[in-house]
Amino acid sequence: MLSIQNLHARVEDKPILKGVTLEVPAGEVHAIMGPNGAGKSTLSYVLTGRGGYEVTDGSASLNGEDLLDLEPAERAAKGVFLSFQYPLEIPGVPALTFIRTALNAQRRARGEDEIAAPAFLKLAKEKAASLKIDFEMLKRGLNVGFSGGEKKRMEIFQMAMLSPKFLILDETDSGLDIDALKIVSEGVNALRAPDRGMLVITHYQRLLDYIKPDRVHVLAAGRIVASGGPELALQLEAEGYDKYVGAAA
Amino acid sequence: MTLATALKTGDLTQLPSRRDEDWRWTDLRGLIRQVPPASPAFDGEVEAGPFDALADDSILFVNGRQRHAATQGAGETIALRFVSTGEGGGHAASYAIVVEPDTTLVLLESHEGKAGGYLSDVTLDIAVGEGARVERIVLVEDDAEAVNVVTAEVDLAPGATFNQTVLTSGARRQRIETRVNHPGAHAQVRLDGAYLLDGQRHADQTTIVTHGGVDGVTSQLTKGMATDQARGVFQGRIVVAPGADQTDARMGHHALILSDKAEIDAKPELLIFADDVSCAHGNTIGALDEDALFYAEQRGIPELEAKAMLTQAFVGEVIERIEHEGAREIAAAWVAARLGRIG
Repeated sequence: MLSIQNLHARVEDKPILKGVTLEVPAGEVHAIMGPNGAGKSTLSYVLTGRGGYEVTDGSASLNGEDLLDLEPAERAAKGVFLSFQYPLEIPGVPALTFIRTALNAQRRARGEDEIAAPAFLKLAKEKAASLKIDFEMLKRGLNVGFSGGEKKRMEIFQMAMLSPKFLILDETDSGLDIDALKIVSEGVNALRAPDRGMLVITHYQRLLDYIKPDRVHVLAAGRIVASGGPELALQLEAEGYDKYVGAAA
Repeated sequence: MTLATALKTGDLTQLPSRRDEDWRWTDLRGLIRQVPPASPAFDGEVEAGPFDALADDSILFVNGRQRHAATQGAGETIALRFVSTGEGGGHAASYAIVVEPDTTLVLLESHEGKAGGYLSDVTLDIAVGEGARVERIVLVEDDAEAVNVVTAEVDLAPGATFNQTVLTSGARRQRIETRVNHPGAHAQVRLDGAYLLDGQRHADQTTIVTHGGVDGVTSQLTKGMATDQARGVFQGRIVVAPGADQTDARMGHHALILSDKAEIDAKPELLIFADDVSCAHGNTIGALDEDALFYAEQRGIPELEAKAMLTQAFVGEVIERIEHEGAREIAAAWVAARLGRIG
């Protein structure tokens, strides 16, 4: 599924990723944990093609297709979805309009027919109900005036609507209270599927109580410095990142 | 010093130039080097105007000559059309509208360029009677090589309402000027505008509102976008004359620049000679939010489409303020189509 080989990337002149190698097979959920400044968000932006991040070496591919030469929207059409740590507010564009525009753009890029309005609305109503999102909120400007928890739920809603192949969750637990965390996690778990992979980026172990990973990796100073099963997350929670920070430096 | 005078007399020194403070960003004298021939009369078929389906009756000018007049008492929604078909020719038109007290008029005005490189001047006088209500929507679609100056002088009686929205895609050089004589006296004015400019197009929206009496309200919102080498100009002047106390005037102009070579010039002016007034203005010029753009692209919306979507949302605030539902829909569709073409 997702294959990252020896990935190096820098922001301006500062190297951030210094040789990340990672394989996430279809059907698996992998967690990336690490201290602040380790390069966690950079990894998510490099994979999705944000401007300002320069790849200097290595590769990243999804199901054998190179991602790094594609425009951000082309990567999205291939099935890469990033749940943002800080979702943007887009005044004047209702959430439903935004998502329908995105869904149809992706379908066009894949040579599929656009979705008809009734089918889209039916799908939106189902998914909104399952995430306990008031349908009226979807008619307002995307994320405008929403609380942190509501914005994260909207990310999961978009994910459910767009049905991507590979999900990257960047600090999805930040700013969530325990009830919102449960709703968001249930939404993510509902998307677990044999043909779908996930990369869950988090600083804290808490999220992994709800979204159970198959593998846990520690990212420190731009490299994966340790990998293990779910028990590694618990160990990090108990011991902290100190020994990895030291080891990497 | 007007384009109309220069066209009539053939005296190019009558053209406004950059030496006139109010015309320094819309220099006509430097642009027009010879007097154009008068546009010929045109009696051929003219295709339907953008607002025809909404209007009870229409008034049609072609190349400065009136071809059709509205029937008295035809209704309160009137299309006023100025069509230019004279390639490279010059023409001028003037028209006066009197709105009787306590009546309503929806004026759906269109300037339709059907030829290249014409010079057009339109002067309107609009008198709005006591308690009357006017909504003027102006849709200007000029040829890229045209020069067009549209000037409206609006006189309001006490208790009158005048709401205006100008939508323009610019021209080689273009000025849409509105002067409002505001009596105060619970009269209300809304003066809005939107411009979407590409190529080497230029659009100047100039407004002058003079509050002459107590208790008047003016609200202005203009939003625009310039890309390529286009140039947008906004000049908004609100004068509060001595004694025009309790005036409430607000002016906003906000613009997006989407290329390095595009230019926006803005001059908001509040000239206040009265006490106890509430006046404010805001003016911002900037680029599209890169973070919002990446967010939309990450969801699968290609860059050009994402830019158009965000620009449409930005300008949408002006469109939402149009009261006439049919006109609002046409305005929204015009914005979407225009951005689709620019994209």
